[in-house]
Amino acid sequence: METGEYKGVMVFLEHRKGKLRNASIQLIGEGRRLADILKQELSGALLGKDVENLTGEAIQFGCDKVHYIEHDLLENYAPRPYAKALAELVQKRRPDALLFGATMNGREVAGRLHAYTHTGLAADCTAFDITEDGYLEMIRPAFGGKSLAHIICKKTKPQMASARPNVFPAPDKDPARKGEILKETVQLTQEDVDTRCLEVVEHEDEANMLSKSEIVVSGGYGLKKKENFVLLEELAELLHGVVGASRKTVDIGWFPRERQIGQTGKTVRPRLYFAIGISGAIQHLAGMERSEKIVAINADPTASIFEVADYGIVGNLFDVIPEMIRQLKAMKSSQSSS
Amino acid sequence: MDEFDVVIIGAGPAGSSTAYRLAKEGFNVLFVERSNRPGSKNVFGGRIYSYPFPEIYPDFWKEAPIERYVTQENLVFMTESNSVTMKFDSSSSEGVSTQSFTALREKFDSWMAKKAEEAGALLITGTRVDDLYWENGKIAGIIAGPDTVRSNVVVAADGVVSDFAQKAGLRRELTAKEVSVAVKETIKLPKETIQDRFNLGKREGAAYSFVGSATGYLRGGGFLYTNKETISLGAVVNSEDLSLQKKEIFEIIENFKLHPFIQKLVRGGKVVEYSAHMIPELGVNTLPALFKDNFLAVGDAAAMVINHGYTYRGVDLAVVSGISAAEAIIQARQRGDYSHMGLSSYPDFLKKRGIMDDMNKFKNAPSFLQNARIFTAYPRMVCDFFDRMYTVDGKGKEKIFDIGKDEMFGKVSVLKMLRDMMSGLRSM
Amino acid sequence: MEDGQEARPPNQGLKIVVCIKQVPKGEQLEIDPVKKTLRREGVESEMNPADKNAVEMALGFKDEHGGEVIALSMGSRSFERSLRMAIGMGADRAVLLSDRALAGSDTTPTSYALAGTISLLGKIDLILCGEETSDSSTGHVGPGIAGHLEIPQITYVTEAKVENDKIIAKRQVEFGFETWETTFPALLTVKFGCNRPREPTLSRKIKAKRGNVIQTWSAKDAGLDESKLGLNGSPTIVSTIDTVELPSRKGELFSGNLGKNVSDLISRLVRDGFIRG
Ligand SMILES: Cc1cc2nc3c(=O)[nH]c(=O)nc-3n(C[C@H](O)[C@H](O)[C@H](O)COP(=O)(O)OP(=O)(O)OC[C@H]3O[C@@H](n4cnc5c(N)ncnc54)[C@H](O)[C@@H]3O)c2cc1C
Ligand SMILES: Cc1cc2nc3c(=O)[nH]c(=O)nc-3n(C[C@H](O)[C@H](O)[C@H](O)COP(=O)(O)OP(=O)(O)OC[C@H]3O[C@@H](n4cnc5c(N)ncnc54)[C@H](O)[C@@H]3O)c2cc1C
Ligand SMILES: Nc1ncnc2c1ncn2[C@@H]1O[C@H](COP(=O)(O)O)[C@@H](O)[C@H]1O
Repeated sequence: METGEYKGVMVFLEHRKGKLRNASIQLIGEGRRLADILKQELSGALLGKDVENLTGEAIQFGCDKVHYIEHDLLENYAPRPYAKALAELVQKRRPDALLFGATMNGREVAGRLHAYTHTGLAADCTAFDITEDGYLEMIRPAFGGKSLAHIICKKTKPQMASARPNVFPAPDKDPARKGEILKETVQLTQEDVDTRCLEVVEHEDEANMLSKSEIVVSGGYGLKKKENFVLLEELAELLHGVVGASRKTVDIGWFPRERQIGQTGKTVRPRLYFAIGISGAIQHLAGMERSEKIVAINADPTASIFEVADYGIVGNLFDVIPEMIRQLKAMKSSQSSS
Repeated sequence: MDEFDVVIIGAGPAGSSTAYRLAKEGFNVLFVERSNRPGSKNVFGGRIYSYPFPEIYPDFWKEAPIERYVTQENLVFMTESNSVTMKFDSSSSEGVSTQSFTALREKFDSWMAKKAEEAGALLITGTRVDDLYWENGKIAGIIAGPDTVRSNVVVAADGVVSDFAQKAGLRRELTAKEVSVAVKETIKLPKETIQDRFNLGKREGAAYSFVGSATGYLRGGGFLYTNKETISLGAVVNSEDLSLQKKEIFEIIENFKLHPFIQKLVRGGKVVEYSAHMIPELGVNTLPALFKDNFLAVGDAAAMVINHGYTYRGVDLAVVSGISAAEAIIQARQRGDYSHMGLSSYPDFLKKRGIMDDMNKFKNAPSFLQNARIFTAYPRMVCDFFDRMYTVDGKGKEKIFDIGKDEMFGKVSVLKMLRDMMSGLRSM
Repeated sequence: MEDGQEARPPNQGLKIVVCIKQVPKGEQLEIDPVKKTLRREGVESEMNPADKNAVEMALGFKDEHGGEVIALSMGSRSFERSLRMAIGMGADRAVLLSDRALAGSDTTPTSYALAGTISLLGKIDLILCGEETSDSSTGHVGPGIAGHLEIPQITYVTEAKVENDKIIAKRQVEFGFETWETTFPALLTVKFGCNRPREPTLSRKIKAKRGNVIQTWSAKDAGLDESKLGLNGSPTIVSTIDTVELPSRKGELFSGNLGKNVSDLISRLVRDGFIRG
């Protein structure tokens, strides 16, 4: 196949409950940046049953064009019909690059699609660049986050990648932005809908609290036992933050998996991050190093968490945290009395 | 239930040599090792005496993972600030000596296990044997987790704290007096640095034994061996002394490392491994029974170690005993009798290989070790002697004999020291 | 390859393939600070952690419904170790797809090659993969296999059961859990840590080492198109690998007296506007 005819950056737009997902909005921002460097168009691919109403928003966030496909069989997300529809769209519209949010659905649909298109796919990228000869440089952590691999796909098109959520900032909405909206059609049969979602149990708050909260108070193995997490709960409550955890504490069952921060857990970028009794393994840093301010509390002055901290206290957390709680409470009560 | 002719517990040098010899003879052999890779958790100083190997492994010198050939022996008496070194160069004309060599356990044990596997023995790693399997009052196999494996003979090659020699009733638990505690650090340094620092050729190696402040004057000694790109540094201390002095072995090695003599040798190195282990101090007097019906013990499990405080031999003895046990089993098969009677040629094979002579020669070693003066008074005396001898303070040189009289004979009676020296020499 | 394509008689239990990759042990991986490459020598390898959970899930199915579990891996001869481990845990047999032509494969040829191999294993009911590997961590191979075989996929599964001719699987997503349903044959990718993989036992390990339980296939044996394999068949290339540098911040360290450390910290947080002073 002639590869020269592929043009433009396309982003796969996920939506939930009638709204674009955050990961997709962030993706529009990064896609815009790349399209500008390439001096090409940014288009969105929007699939579903009644999705036309979302096209305007996609344009306002930065797309030049939105291809939307409405089909009864696309009413609910399922990997096979979505991957098939995308394969058809790619065939027809030939984007030079196709980006996904590295959400669970984004990754599974992209993974299936790359079997249909026989193209390259880089997962969970944390940065993108454009090479001198105009290829997409897809940068992603490898080997448990100890290294960054720069991946290039020159042989086939589109160049496909998924982008880790909450790494790229969400762009601002520009209500005045205009763009082209194109309705596309695809061939799907009932047979393509080979999986069915029966039930959704949402822990929306559980899971999203971490990524939404401005203050995250995380604890690690230094807490010594599960029961001691109440100390963090108390501190978090005083600060109006939520509690997160390192993988080691999650692995041994002190804390639920949804609260794990890091390479194999959640990526957060709160305004303030506390790492308490956390050594600062690179895999943990991968999930929090973009926080605006980082506070580390650790008994070991050589712990690598101090390397990334804005403020650090070297000390026993079982002394430091109760003291913090005491002082914060004292502040509160003096405020309310004055 | 799986069945084998012989099941061997442990894939250290003793277990692997037994497995190798038996598999060569067509036995259906299983050897089970608890760590994931043979040798990965095994500790030792770092020097192996080579005499038993070439006979057993025809291509030994070509194949074995040898770090360096020991061409330089050093005995160092040390106090906190001074040291006196006795050095012996043993390099032959080609620059190598094949008396002994340094090795890393993980590589060496893995190699030995591989040789046994190539000969046809079945190695299972990552499985801990939990118990012996008994039938009608006789040992008839092993138990690991939910599984039992039956065999005609079980060989305990599970090392110094052998559970199985005890479970079989061959030996009692060791007391604190009878064991030393050992620690060892592996320190990484560039090849060239090691060669320059120790004045060694490409394949040449140095061995050091230390007495005196190396162990805080407790019974035992320090050791240092050079590998290709690492140095093995450690200390062995009698565990009774440690507990009497309320000292931790970790403090001992930390202090030892800070000695200027050692500092110079390890400067700039990075500790890449740290390990602690026990060594029995048993001599042949306290040697346990070696075998019973359907069961033999080999290597450390049979207390085949020679430890006199600052030199250790174990790997060579483990191999010799492994081979001897295998030969006894081969004979037992010919007789069709794996009972105590059938296996009774085991000690004869050991004797034939001279190992009993060695063990007998060293049988006084434990009592020599009991003599604290060797480790406390003498290193100080030797160092002070040389200190005085080389001090020029303008007061006029004393006669050597006078210094000697003051420094050495002032503290211990001449007779006593001569006696100690003699007993020490005899036990070495 | 003696398995034909004939249909599985009903009530014969489930025929399950588990895809397994051998990966370097995470903790041991180090990047050479000078050469900027991965230090591989001396690094032990192990079965990819999530794949152990996949094996456990497969064995759970077999315990309940009977059938056969086949472990499948693509890689060098040394990958036999992980396959032996799978057999030690309880898999019945294993296939290792090993060929020079496969070296350097990214997920595109890997999914193609594994799918091709599976299609020669007879009528399979279930294919289980790990959610992702700890070395390349893409999670693309499972969906890629499902795409090539055009069978249903359910990813990030934490629990699954078989009800009559349906598979019901619980899937973990960002906002909670979803329950999905599909029909045989299907591919599931299994979430790391969702179950406790059983320990291999001695007698199963003996079986794994002794019996003729691992078949090694070449690319030709598996009927693969060599132009789609290995480096040549891989669309992506890794142009460089950087060592991750710790993002160093100009930190202020309080290490004096407890009360003062804490009040210093709090005053900074007040200054920065995180706490109302
Ligand atoms: C492929 C892979 C993926 C991974 N993904 C993740 C991930 O997503 N997230 C993650 O977190 N990890 C991840 N890890 C694990 C990571 O490498 C570390 O093992 C983990 O982060 C360590 O957790 P920790 O800091 O809580 O524990 P430790 O490393 O044990 O640190 C505990 C810290 O507490 C301090 N401490 C102890 N007692 C006290 C006290 N009384 N007062 C104050 N301080 C004290 C200690 O000094 C130490 O620094 C991953 C690993 C691999 C191989
Ligand atoms: C600090 C130190 C320094 C030494 N220095 C030297 C030296 O320089 N030169 C020298 O020749 N000797 C030295 N020795 C002695 C030497 O290490 C031993 O004599 C030798 O290793 C004995 O070999 P072995 O096979 O009997 O036992 P080991 O090497 O101890 O092997 C026993 C094996 O059995 C396995 N095992 C144990 N229990 C089980 C179980 N339940 N199930 C399955 N597997 C099991 C163990 O994992 C191990 O691999 C030293 C010893 C120490 C501690
Ligand atoms: N070389 C391979 N051989 C067998 N299975 C593989 C291989 N590579 C990946 N897989 C399977 O695909 C899953 C996801 O891998 P990855 O896409 O590399 O993260 C793994 O957990 C395995 O189940």
